[in-house]
Amino acid sequence: MNTKSIYQEVILDHNKKPRNYGTLDSPSHHAVGHNPLCGDHLDVELNLDGDRIDSIAFHGESCAICKASASMMTTVVKGRSRTDAETMIKEFREMATGTLDPEGQHHLGRLKVFAGVRDLPTRVKCAILPWHTLHAALNSVNTTSTEAEGDPMRAAIGDA
Amino acid sequence: MKLIDSTLKPEFTSMFDVEHIRADFPILKLQVGGKPLVYLDNAASSQMPQPVIDRLVRYQTSEHANINRGVHYLSEKATAEYEAARGKLQRFIHAREDREIIFTSGTTDSINLVMHGYGRKFIGAGDEIILTTLEHHSNIVPWQMLAEEKGAKIRVVPINEAGELLIDEYEKLFTERTKFVGVLHVSNALGTINPVRHMIAFAHARGVPVLVDGAQAVPHMEVDVQDLDCDFYAFSGHKLCGPTGIGVLYGKAELLERMQPFKGGGDMILSVTFEKTTYNSIPHKFEAGTPPIAAAVGLGAAVDYLSAIGVDAIAAYELELLDYATEQLSRLPGVRIIGTAASKTAVLSFVVEGVHPHDIGTLLNQDGIAVRTGHHCVQPVMLRLGVPATTRASFAFYNTMAEADAFIAGVRDVQKIFG
Repeated sequence: MNTKSIYQEVILDHNKKPRNYGTLDSPSHHAVGHNPLCGDHLDVELNLDGDRIDSIAFHGESCAICKASASMMTTVVKGRSRTDAETMIKEFREMATGTLDPEGQHHLGRLKVFAGVRDLPTRVKCAILPWHTLHAALNSVNTTSTEAEGDPMRAAIGDA
Repeated sequence: MKLIDSTLKPEFTSMFDVEHIRADFPILKLQVGGKPLVYLDNAASSQMPQPVIDRLVRYQTSEHANINRGVHYLSEKATAEYEAARGKLQRFIHAREDREIIFTSGTTDSINLVMHGYGRKFIGAGDEIILTTLEHHSNIVPWQMLAEEKGAKIRVVPINEAGELLIDEYEKLFTERTKFVGVLHVSNALGTINPVRHMIAFAHARGVPVLVDGAQAVPHMEVDVQDLDCDFYAFSGHKLCGPTGIGVLYGKAELLERMQPFKGGGDMILSVTFEKTTYNSIPHKFEAGTPPIAAAVGLGAAVDYLSAIGVDAIAAYELELLDYATEQLSRLPGVRIIGTAASKTAVLSFVVEGVHPHDIGTLLNQDGIAVRTGHHCVQPVMLRLGVPATTRASFAFYNTMAEADAFIAGVRDVQKIFG
């Protein structure tokens, strides 16, 4: 696979014009994700209305893959239930690490544009960081990291 | 191995025969994703020429046994080759005696040796250690550990926007409590060459010893530890066309003798009973256990190789590469070079407006171009210069002007993609 394809139009577009970029007035849930390897960090804030993600926003310092992943993530989980979001978090992680076939059954839709990171081992974490952080926010763990001990992703979804 | 005439003067380095030199490096023939490798990550690790590879093979094929022990042929041979390597390293950095050369696993290990052997014995509560903003984490963290253990303080020399140390401020940091100075010779992230000779003289006038981290200097310039008059000088083999797992700590004999051992074990003792152990003399006091013998022999061959080309000729050629690449890169709109010191080695750290360094690194890799991206283990420098991370192209004497062109074209392509 030509890994250059990771920088597809849709990813470049979300990097340039990230959706739901910024902060919420009084988020019910919030978490910060760090990638200590590159110093990147990401804030994910959300308001849960019962079990439903009513609103979501993110901001931070990150590469194009991370920012586009975060931007597209916010557009797909907004309005969805916590359970749906957790399913997508699990599926995204599996796709990025190569254990889920992007052409098979899943709920990721056009997020499959990120499937190419499986061929870029050093960039998998960039794509996954927003999803880690969303998971942490949903579970009210306020700081997470791609290097966290007791990986919250692992605790929730089992060893991928 | 084909070498240029070592009597060449620097002003004639346009005659530097880089194509012949490249032929010595098998890895440079590699294709990455169908493109010829352009290796510009030399500040992280350099590549190994065939004569050094051959030397490692010869050692393992016909010379290996444990050293300082057996009375048999191979043990004596391995010991002789290991000690011959020490002599080569002594001459390479112009140390007074070969016992002032201690083989370590690398720069980090060398600095930790000084921290444990000198720092823990001679630095106490309320004492002050001077470091600089430019230090690699490996010359920060050991001293923080010591400061925490002893209740000592760390004082930091600031830098200007160009990435140069503010020497006036350095001088003002000295107090009667100053007990130690740690400074890197050349910045790994920015390429700044620090005025260590002056800094050492200033510290010595106040009775303060100085450790120089020379990891990024030794591969790129003539280093004379007696001329610098440094008390300790640390560097790594793998940045010097040698193997990984080997490095050097140079220390003045009189200081090394006063220091306590770092690691205990075999080879570093004269006699052991459960009541008392008598330590061996230097350098063996600091070389506990079986050392990386093959790596030391390989490093000896590496400095022979570099000396035959001539470190001055290497420095002059690399400066030409730096000047050319700097000029080309500065012409690109939206590119800012980080680290613009007047005196630099061939390191180009830069940021591109609107593009994260990791994306630059991934895209350049598509063109076979290897650069480093991130904070380069110098987070204080990044913080001071207000950039979270940079992309760094670092050149060696086997790089070419054509590779500099490929690199510039690659950066231009990245800008197009992110348009």
